[in-house]
Amino acid sequence: MTAPVTAEAFSSAEVARIRADVPILARTVREDRPLVYLDSGATSQKPGSVLDAEREWYERFNAAPHRGAHALSEEGTEAYESARLRIAAFVGAAHDEIVFTKNATEALNLVAYAFSNAATGGGGGSGERFRIGPGDEIVVTEMEHHANLIPWQELARRTGATLRWIGVRDDGRLELDGIENVVTERTKVVSFTHQSNVLGTITPVRRIAELAREAGAVSVLDACQSVPHMPVTVTELGVDLLAFSGHKMLGPMGVGALWGRAEVLDEMPVFLTGGSMIETVTMESATYAPVPQKFEAGVPNAAQAIGLAAACDYLTDLGMARVAAHEHLLTARILEGLAERPWVRVVGPTDLTERGGAVAFVVDGVHAHDVGQVLDHEGVAVRVGHHCAWPLHRRMGVTATTRVSVHAYNTVEEIDVFLAALDLVPAVFGVSTTGAGAR
Amino acid sequence: MDLYQELIIEHSKRPHRAGLRQPFEAEVHHVNPTCGDEVTVRVHVSGAGPDAVLEDVSYDALGCSISVASASIMAQEITGHPLRDAATTYAAVRSMLTSKGVDQGDEEVIGDGVALSGVARYPARVKCALLGWMALEDALAQAGHALRGSENRTQEGTS
Repeated sequence: MTAPVTAEAFSSAEVARIRADVPILARTVREDRPLVYLDSGATSQKPGSVLDAEREWYERFNAAPHRGAHALSEEGTEAYESARLRIAAFVGAAHDEIVFTKNATEALNLVAYAFSNAATGGGGGSGERFRIGPGDEIVVTEMEHHANLIPWQELARRTGATLRWIGVRDDGRLELDGIENVVTERTKVVSFTHQSNVLGTITPVRRIAELAREAGAVSVLDACQSVPHMPVTVTELGVDLLAFSGHKMLGPMGVGALWGRAEVLDEMPVFLTGGSMIETVTMESATYAPVPQKFEAGVPNAAQAIGLAAACDYLTDLGMARVAAHEHLLTARILEGLAERPWVRVVGPTDLTERGGAVAFVVDGVHAHDVGQVLDHEGVAVRVGHHCAWPLHRRMGVTATTRVSVHAYNTVEEIDVFLAALDLVPAVFGVSTTGAGAR
Repeated sequence: MDLYQELIIEHSKRPHRAGLRQPFEAEVHHVNPTCGDEVTVRVHVSGAGPDAVLEDVSYDALGCSISVASASIMAQEITGHPLRDAATTYAAVRSMLTSKGVDQGDEEVIGDGVALSGVARYPARVKCALLGWMALEDALAQAGHALRGSENRTQEGTS
């Protein structure tokens, strides 16, 4: 997970080859400036092999998987299940422990609604561990993306349980002092991020998962910002359930996955109901298919699932340890560059310890939207705003930040283009660069 | 770059008529959920109908240079004017901002508002420029005044 960097970053020639695989990187923006894409934390760009895989599905296999007995349906089912197998292998899971969803948001909502269904005795799950009500507690952290916060707020509202959270320190790390007073025997679920989508902070997953286990709580990990960027073996983290999104890992939009330990998924009530997820149905009631089918109601997003499998193949060929090493190198350059500019303040960890390649910062006296606009004018695409983590921004004392985030296809030269573009900002808005305004 | 004209920077750094004042008949708080920008607008109006006068428009804006400058220009251009004139100014500003750069704005009608003409070419920023105006429209509605007549409300697209 966060082992010291052992692999080698990509050479210039290797990055050039990766870039040649990703068609969109060749385009220009805003009066023919080369696109410098530093917004992979929002969504990543796609290699041609991913696009080809999606197209191939519709040209060769298109039929409803797991329905019908004709040749296309058989081949389509095989292609769809082969995608599941390859994605499972990519994260070190058994193939029947991967549930396809629309995205990580849906995966997290699936879990939250499973708890709700257990509370009302529905959903066909047997698990006592999902039963929640007044007096029980749900634990998240203050650095969560809204996708891992609002589903739990709503679960608390529906069931009468109480929402609690692990705080964030000024340095952008989780406040672990006193965590045993937050995760207690009343805790039924602990849902937290592996890596902050804003600060880049990597959280101590094993420790928190262990506390959850000792408390008898289900642990859920939002791995949206880790699975795309570093080697992740789901079984080594100690968590029960883990969500990730396809489009952030060079895969298509519209597909994500929920991994769960087999016995946890088995006990977990269903969320969406309908076709394909049943065992038997009468007019009065239904029984449900085994995992993972019981969580996949309706005709699935097969083309996207196959596209995601192609992305996993692509990343496997690159080597995730090397992807992580490459991003580490780029992050070092970003942090160095920002540290050289006293009028810029990084929000989050300022060193490379336990942090990934998302770096948020503020230019004192200039709103993030305005920073982003100047960068955009130079062809540099970054994210501005609160990045779907409004409470975290409030905690860090800022209304909005500018965030740069990288992936395997970014170059050191692009970081330098970004820094040069950033240097245009103070003059446009007439702010001092002496650091007088910097905190 | 053309978006950030000198006038916009000036208005954003030293916003005209900023701060919340008494008296007022209505106060509203609007946010832009994509970036967290916020504006509070108060209106003080005397009289009724189109001849009613906008005695005071006071505001507290927290946001990017475009949203702050737009609120500042708004307060500057309409304070002390009859509602009828404010409605004309608003319609002209909206028209310019949603024209994708076709309508450059008439300085006779919108004054410093012409400095915002560059915003129209950046669809993501149109919302920033309209934030204060939308709040004004809402505040006036709550105080019982319509800033937009039915004739010019139907055809305008949203940003």
